[in-house]
Amino acid sequence: MSRMQNAVVESVKTVLGWVPAQWLPGGTPDPLILRRAAIGRQASRLDGPEKVRGQARFAAEVAMDRLCYASLVHSTVTLGRITRLDTANAEAAPGVILVMTHRNMPRIGTLALIGLTDLSAVGNSSLPIMQEPAVRYNGQVVAAVVAETQEEADHAASLIEIDYAVDTAKTRFDDAKDKARTPASILIEKNHVSVGNAERELGRAPHRVDNIYRTPGHNHNAIELHGVTVAWQGGSLVVHDATQMIAPSANALAKLFGLKKEQVRVLSPFVGGGFGGKGLWDHQVVAVAAARLVDRPVRLMLSRDSVYRMIGGRSPTEQRVAIGADADGQFTALVHTGYSIMPPYGACPEQYTLGTRALYRSKSFEIVQRHVDLDVVPNTFMRAPGEAIGTFAVECAIDELAHAIGIDPIELRRRNEPDRHPISDAPFSQRALTQAYADGAKRFGWERRLAEPGARHDGEWRIGMGCASGSFPYARMPGANVRITLRRDGSATVSCSAQEMGMGTATVQVQHAADRLGLPVEAITFEMGDSALPAGPMAGGSSQTVSVAGAIMAATEKLTGELLRLAGNDSPIAGLRAGDVRLVDGGIAGINDPSRRESYRSILARAARDEVTVSAAGSAPLEMLKFAMHSSSAIFCELRVSKVTGEVRVDRLLGSFDCGTILNPKTAASQFKGGMIMGLGLALTEETLFDERSGRIMNATLADYHIPSHLDVPEIDVMWTGIADPRSPLGARGIGEIGITGVAAAVANAVFNATGKRIRDLPVTLDKLL
Amino acid sequence: MNPVSYQRASSIDQAIQMAAGGRGRLLGGGTNLVDLMRKGVERPSSLVDVTTLSDAIEETSEGGLLIGAAARNSAVAAHLQIRSRYPMLARSILAGASAQIRNMATVGGNLMQRTRCLYFQDVAGARCNRRAPGSGCDAAGGFNRYHAIIGASPACIATHPSDMCVALAALDARIQVAGTRGARTIPIVDFHRLPGERPDLETEIEPGELIVAVEIPPPRFARSTYRKVRDRASYAFALVSVAAGLTVRAGRIEEIGIAFGGVAPKPWRAFKAETALRGGPATSQAFEAALADELADATPLPGNAFKIELAQRTLSAVLTELSGSDR
Repeated sequence: MSRMQNAVVESVKTVLGWVPAQWLPGGTPDPLILRRAAIGRQASRLDGPEKVRGQARFAAEVAMDRLCYASLVHSTVTLGRITRLDTANAEAAPGVILVMTHRNMPRIGTLALIGLTDLSAVGNSSLPIMQEPAVRYNGQVVAAVVAETQEEADHAASLIEIDYAVDTAKTRFDDAKDKARTPASILIEKNHVSVGNAERELGRAPHRVDNIYRTPGHNHNAIELHGVTVAWQGGSLVVHDATQMIAPSANALAKLFGLKKEQVRVLSPFVGGGFGGKGLWDHQVVAVAAARLVDRPVRLMLSRDSVYRMIGGRSPTEQRVAIGADADGQFTALVHTGYSIMPPYGACPEQYTLGTRALYRSKSFEIVQRHVDLDVVPNTFMRAPGEAIGTFAVECAIDELAHAIGIDPIELRRRNEPDRHPISDAPFSQRALTQAYADGAKRFGWERRLAEPGARHDGEWRIGMGCASGSFPYARMPGANVRITLRRDGSATVSCSAQEMGMGTATVQVQHAADRLGLPVEAITFEMGDSALPAGPMAGGSSQTVSVAGAIMAATEKLTGELLRLAGNDSPIAGLRAGDVRLVDGGIAGINDPSRRESYRSILARAARDEVTVSAAGSAPLEMLKFAMHSSSAIFCELRVSKVTGEVRVDRLLGSFDCGTILNPKTAASQFKGGMIMGLGLALTEETLFDERSGRIMNATLADYHIPSHLDVPEIDVMWTGIADPRSPLGARGIGEIGITGVAAAVANAVFNATGKRIRDLPVTLDKLL
Repeated sequence: MNPVSYQRASSIDQAIQMAAGGRGRLLGGGTNLVDLMRKGVERPSSLVDVTTLSDAIEETSEGGLLIGAAARNSAVAAHLQIRSRYPMLARSILAGASAQIRNMATVGGNLMQRTRCLYFQDVAGARCNRRAPGSGCDAAGGFNRYHAIIGASPACIATHPSDMCVALAALDARIQVAGTRGARTIPIVDFHRLPGERPDLETEIEPGELIVAVEIPPPRFARSTYRKVRDRASYAFALVSVAAGLTVRAGRIEEIGIAFGGVAPKPWRAFKAETALRGGPATSQAFEAALADELADATPLPGNAFKIELAQRTLSAVLTELSGSDR
């Protein structure tokens, strides 16, 4: 991202600052905020029964005639060049159909990196894929074997012999900090934000904290391994993928293999967990190329080891957070700077400082991120990239400052609660973090916390409570398209190439469409998971639900116009315009005079139509630029720390969320809790063991990379303000990622309250507490 | 994974005969061996399934127990005699792995399981003297949180991963072995070898031999338990674990057995500490002093130096609990 982009975004924001709000999307609150029936109801996932019965087909389960199986070989060196490649034994092994290396892989270009300017750009790496003998990171794919069975492919892959000429690689984070670069922007935000003179303010503040926080690398561990089943049919390509970006992947694969967009079809009706890791990586490209060479369908399902080696995770960070406060605890300086990894061929900037800009009011700010360049698999987006670990540093610092001043940490936050965006001065669309804290504190029993660390005991256990804020920005993606077909029998089908990674995409959009179209939920079908459908945006940035909802809103407006036209002059609603009517009870009714109404059945019958179909795209998401739109949360934790062993056991966790309208309490609670469990892993157990001597990940298994076990997860309580955001479709903001944010800080703050020890490097393992 | 032949033995003699010669390996539940085959660490040409051999748990004439080598870990942990008379053994087994793995894993296989050192398991990317003798050890300067602080050698610092074996060590179990040259019994404390210059030689088992049963002497402790300290609440290997049994009479320690897991290349029987404590007072000062002596020769690394203190604290807490002096 460039200075040019900064200039463009800044000038758009400036212009929008002058434009009256009512001219923009969200200028008039979505009427469904006040008038909802299915939305907000507890509803089970529509795909639940299929999944429980094992009938849901995932990408690596799709059956095909003459299917063959691929296995990958990864580089065991970090930087270098292949000098000898002996595939003879592999080629001679039983069942082998093809051994593909840089020698015979079809010549293709490179993927365009994920960007916000080109929606078909979805690459996580811009490195060539098996095109040359060069190796750029440890674990890069250097060969693929295709065989009649998976076992034969795996065995043959182990017979390939490779020698490398090894170059000196950049693998040490601390050593590379000297050469770190300072990018002009982070995603669409300006990177370096300097308001006032923060260092000077810090120097003269009566209260201040100034510390370094470290977070380790993390790897993606979705239950479903990355997998793809690929078939060339004539000149067309069918890809059954496990992906969060169906339509963009189809476009990118078409570009890469010189096909027209309509020649590539990506299907992904179910994904067994995404979290940012299920994007377009080398394996889909390798499978497509291999299928072309063998002229048969190919299945490539990664091993868990392969996922670690070739799918990026969360970058490690080193963050400095310094806060200065006056005698009343009002912030005079807020400094958040640091380092994370972003190789030049990667796409994810790990935006750990973005959330900090909107959390607190301060007289001065100094915020900047620096990118460290290492020879590693490019890191990628992982549930709340940035905020998950940025909130750890900032929210621990807040707790430290509160302790230093001697006031309650919730009170300190309340005193610094902003009423407008602290940097841009844009108005918040809606923000009730203070209420989320008040509600959460009451339910949690925060008043029982003793401010003095180490004051509560139970046998060998010290007991502590902690809290922290979480935050995540609202996003609505441009380029969301849907098609609505309304039939004379009063049923409707909504179609969009949206993604379902387990969160209940179809369920919630059926609830939405039912209310939007004035139909019962049983009458709605939501078609998704297929690039042949109208293109939806990727499922990322917790944006899919409102992005698709915005497109359904636009399509419904179009449908209303079409129905009014079809109703003609003999209808009770004749003469009414789109703005005068609403869709309700299976028909159109006047807003001011509801007695003027006609059912869809009647309109379509008179027009001699079985159905009416409209397509539309969501409006440009300008509300994001005019308003400061953020979700926030208050996380509370109670835990025990063993005086003997330093072991931490979390007893209670509560999340109080302010995320706009909650569309479905059941699926929402599940999202929040899942995020909070991932936050526990971030706090206590998860760490990628990257050996800086070799550049190799050493714990590439679920046995050695510790995600929380069942016994590590306590009862989790979630609640929400439910206050609608007047600027977003349905009043909703995304909820997929915010659950993880704030949790690590709440845990670390509780550990301090229990023991008096500040742990500023994650994970909080027992050796740090002995 | 390499092509491999599979046979099932129906008797001890047949198992010995099937495994003799070649690169045949005995297969129990496969919970470790099959993983290692997938990783390419183990490359046997043939497998001899011995899960059909005795899995009986029977009382011996001297009042102890005899556990067939094919007994599943979960069956041992659930056995009434073991739960009531050897609680440390039941608890040690339940502290290990997951319920699913314990249902598959056999007692013989548990004794023979191999280290989980990350570098031992990474055939493609790391040097390891235990896996490839003479190639070097990447663990020493790498991630060694789970590695030994005592009993290691410059060639290898890996730990033995078993929980069950730690309890067996404290209980003075004996391993009954059969082979082409006849049957013999090996005390568990001698069964696993220290690495020295040959970390690849892990046990006293000779080629052509197989474990038939584990013999546990009659209970000698009034109270016993197992405590495991690890990086998550379940399904993680021990950083430090303690199996301890204690009989205290009139404030004096009459009988004591202590073994550690997670700190050494084998289940570490703390003979020195036991000798120091036997006959003396059951006080936390005595416990701490005895263990300081036991670990005087410890050679910790930057990644695992905390284990010395952790071992001391854990042992002291366990013995204090067993001696009842905290009540």
